[in-house]
Amino acid sequence: MNYEAVIGIEVHAELSTDTKIYCSCANKFGGEINTHCCPVCTGMPGTLPVLNGKVVDYAIKAGLAMNCDINKNSKQDRKNYFYPDLPKAYQISQFDLPLCKDGYIDITVDGEKKRIGVTRIHIEEDAGKLMHDVTPDSSLIDYNRCGVPLIEIVSEPDMRSAKEAEEYLNTLKAILQYINVSDCKMQEGSLRCDVNVSVRPVGQKEYGVRSEMKNVSTFSGVLRGIDYEINRHIEILEAGGVVEQETRRWDDGKGISVSLRSKEDAHDYRYFPEPDLMPIIIADEKIEKLKNELPELPHIKRDRYMEQYGLPEYDATQLTTLKATADFFELVIAAGASPKAASNWIMGDIWRIMNEKYMLIEDLPFSAKQLADMIALIDSGTISNTAAKQVIENMFETAKDPAVIIEDLGLKQVNDESEILSIIDTVIEQNPKSIEDFKGGKGNVAGFLIGQVMRMSKGKANPQTVNKLINEKLAKL
Amino acid sequence: MSIEKLTALEIAAKIKNKEISATEVAKHMVSQAVKTKEETGAYITVTEDVAIEQAKAVDEKIANGADLGPLAGVPFAIKDNICTKDILTTCGSKMLYNFEPPYDAFVTKRLADSGCVLIGKTNMDEFAMGSSNETSYFGEVKNPHNHDCVPGGSSGGSAAAVAANGAYFTLGSDTGGSIRLPASFCGVTGIKPTYGMVSRFGLVAFASSLDQIGPIAKDAADCAAVMNIISAYDNMDSTCLDIERPDYMKSLENNIKGLKIAVPKEYFNGADEDVKTAINASLKQLEEMGAIVEEVSLPVTDYALAAYYIISSAEASSNLARYDGVKYGYRAENFDNLSDMYFKTRCEGFGDEVKRRIMLGTYALSSGYYDAYYKKAQQVRSLIKDAFTNIFAKYDVIASPVYPTVAFKRGEKTSDPVKMYTGDICTVSANIAGIPGISVPCGFGKDNMPIGLQLMANAFKEDVLLKTAFAYQQVTDFHKGI
Ligand SMILES: [Zn+2]
Repeated sequence: MNYEAVIGIEVHAELSTDTKIYCSCANKFGGEINTHCCPVCTGMPGTLPVLNGKVVDYAIKAGLAMNCDINKNSKQDRKNYFYPDLPKAYQISQFDLPLCKDGYIDITVDGEKKRIGVTRIHIEEDAGKLMHDVTPDSSLIDYNRCGVPLIEIVSEPDMRSAKEAEEYLNTLKAILQYINVSDCKMQEGSLRCDVNVSVRPVGQKEYGVRSEMKNVSTFSGVLRGIDYEINRHIEILEAGGVVEQETRRWDDGKGISVSLRSKEDAHDYRYFPEPDLMPIIIADEKIEKLKNELPELPHIKRDRYMEQYGLPEYDATQLTTLKATADFFELVIAAGASPKAASNWIMGDIWRIMNEKYMLIEDLPFSAKQLADMIALIDSGTISNTAAKQVIENMFETAKDPAVIIEDLGLKQVNDESEILSIIDTVIEQNPKSIEDFKGGKGNVAGFLIGQVMRMSKGKANPQTVNKLINEKLAKL
Repeated sequence: MSIEKLTALEIAAKIKNKEISATEVAKHMVSQAVKTKEETGAYITVTEDVAIEQAKAVDEKIANGADLGPLAGVPFAIKDNICTKDILTTCGSKMLYNFEPPYDAFVTKRLADSGCVLIGKTNMDEFAMGSSNETSYFGEVKNPHNHDCVPGGSSGGSAAAVAANGAYFTLGSDTGGSIRLPASFCGVTGIKPTYGMVSRFGLVAFASSLDQIGPIAKDAADCAAVMNIISAYDNMDSTCLDIERPDYMKSLENNIKGLKIAVPKEYFNGADEDVKTAINASLKQLEEMGAIVEEVSLPVTDYALAAYYIISSAEASSNLARYDGVKYGYRAENFDNLSDMYFKTRCEGFGDEVKRRIMLGTYALSSGYYDAYYKKAQQVRSLIKDAFTNIFAKYDVIASPVYPTVAFKRGEKTSDPVKMYTGDICTVSANIAGIPGISVPCGFGKDNMPIGLQLMANAFKEDVLLKTAFAYQQVTDFHKGI
């Protein structure tokens, strides 16, 4: 039988506000254990939460960027459960009135567009971290992460493959980075996923029984986990078994998922409205203002690059994944470079050198204008493409203007025909055998001679001129 | 007359006029607090060192000619569920037997800044759950009028301390009557402000949507003076109202002509004869003073008690979940693993009444029961609010008993929780609706025990309550005390 997977993903993203969600502690990753916390975020008796307004703004921005409706009357709720990393024994979250609902994200897989529904986005607080390996027979707790603001983005079960899930996550991450609400650093745990997977025979309408993998902290883990679960479910069904509704944990090291708890053991979180906080009322003007603050989003930018600049989809996607890259690219074009040339240089030599140097595009030592100038020098024939590669390398080192570098390194292209002709004459003189070969109608003599001329000119002779003059010369023989 | 019998404003005037130093008063009242603690159990902690230090600072400022507030140098005590920095704050529970918060409650700080002198922390029902002050881990509190009787709860220590002249005033907290009931039983004056008038920051939560801090004192004027200090906007409590507050001292006008008083008949169902007699006499007195008294009906009162016990227990079950032995307070000594530590810590650290409410609240919030209990209770809550709104469209004040009886005997109701709960019938509605209520001594009943008249007003109308109580106390002596 042929099976189809049904995948839904819940993404927890840490928001990059300056302070935590309910107190004035710094919202910073790392730091000495238990130094970014206070009586409020550690839930000491008598303390009360006060909502950080920036968290609401950031969540609304995320909602607008994902085409959600904003709930103008929203509230916060308590999710009750015992665990040592949760000092109040309840997490302040949102239950039935999330800030944002009914949105979507458009993705492109293998050239096909697909719309993935976003059920809801709500705000909540993060918990602390247990440390099990510091002392031999007890665990310690670091509350630094307690009260770090999170948004939980819940998708509809609209994805059908790991590939679609990958595109969804990449797009979602790009959006959050674009609108500057989360740095999405997975290695610091600022993006974590719960993945729901079920399978059903192709053509069947009803969903199969799903399993949920909690707290997967890498994209590759999500993708491998999805494939693992799909296969596991199919194997169970093929063997005539029944998939159990359960919560599982993805073991990235072993590449397997293991059962955490079954449906029967599911928590009753006893949600109820948080009485320490007032309802969140959002004015239309605020939504309008936040909407106006949104930048052009990555997928829209990508489509525009394809249409307006005629870039291939691959280039357009690559250039728009990070806002900083797109910003730089657009500055280069604004300085007069052709889009295709700018794209080739950025995605080619510049990315290669950046990778070697572990450099971000924000940290490039030269400006977009300098890159555009260099492209102009190629277009005008002042330097050859080969020489330009040297110029770029040098720009990384010295940040000097390309014209200065060309002068310093003597890379200026020789376009003067008489100068080139004299080199050609010398080359022909030194290679009488090739002329004989040519006369005998043998081999690619022109190619050989051009190579020799370029070598003798140390790469500076204009290759088109060399090509033209050599062919003219040979024709006269 | 010994100085401990003076009111807070009276002793403050003497300190201000340099008739007596704040330090002398503090020393005397610390010894009174120690005596009260021994005789009635009203105190858990007496803070002698803090008191002397604060009093000396006041004396120094007075010597330097500083103009301090109207209660500067006045010794007072705080209920033990209100945080005091580096001073034991136990909530009357084994669970917090050793808890010293690293911060002050908003009200603690306000009073310290006003030159009030902290002499101790008062006993209370464990986590403020109770009507008789018999559930404290630190022992029960005795009614100063008769040691065989309860002082009322949960702020029993706060009321008993004032009644026994062991403090000029105290702070209590009121979730379902916990200021008004002990004030009534002990013959002192206590006011529960409108929800949101006094910051709850630093008040250890019992039921967050109902809890409110208020003063207990010898008379309405002292209550007004304390209210002027503690009622202020605080950005650390999201439910604290950012509105102008009146000068409560200025509202103490000896004139209630034309004041319209509603008397809901449902509040007298089941009340003892002595209580009815005293309340009716006080209503007559108010009428003679120019008030217009009319009987009304508030049938929704019948549902208030059930709604109260569901909402308060539900919130409590969540608020008290943090006491798990992980971070502070009591932790069981022997346990096998994490869940065993939770289990033993909470079994051993909480008393029976607290466990009962946690179970009740957990049940009410459980999936499958939420709609039938918690949601229904919230619906009743809106009905009660509406009913009060209707009454206050026509009347300034609602008058009723605080409690159906005078103080009962210790041990009399401890075996029957439901009987204990039903006594709260007159007080819980004010918390549910978030409106202010005051208990004013209005007579003596069986065995010469004090009786309190409850006055409730619309939200933000503390000034009307204080004015009415003040005027009443100008022509009566029931508040004069022991
Ligand atoms: Zn904090």
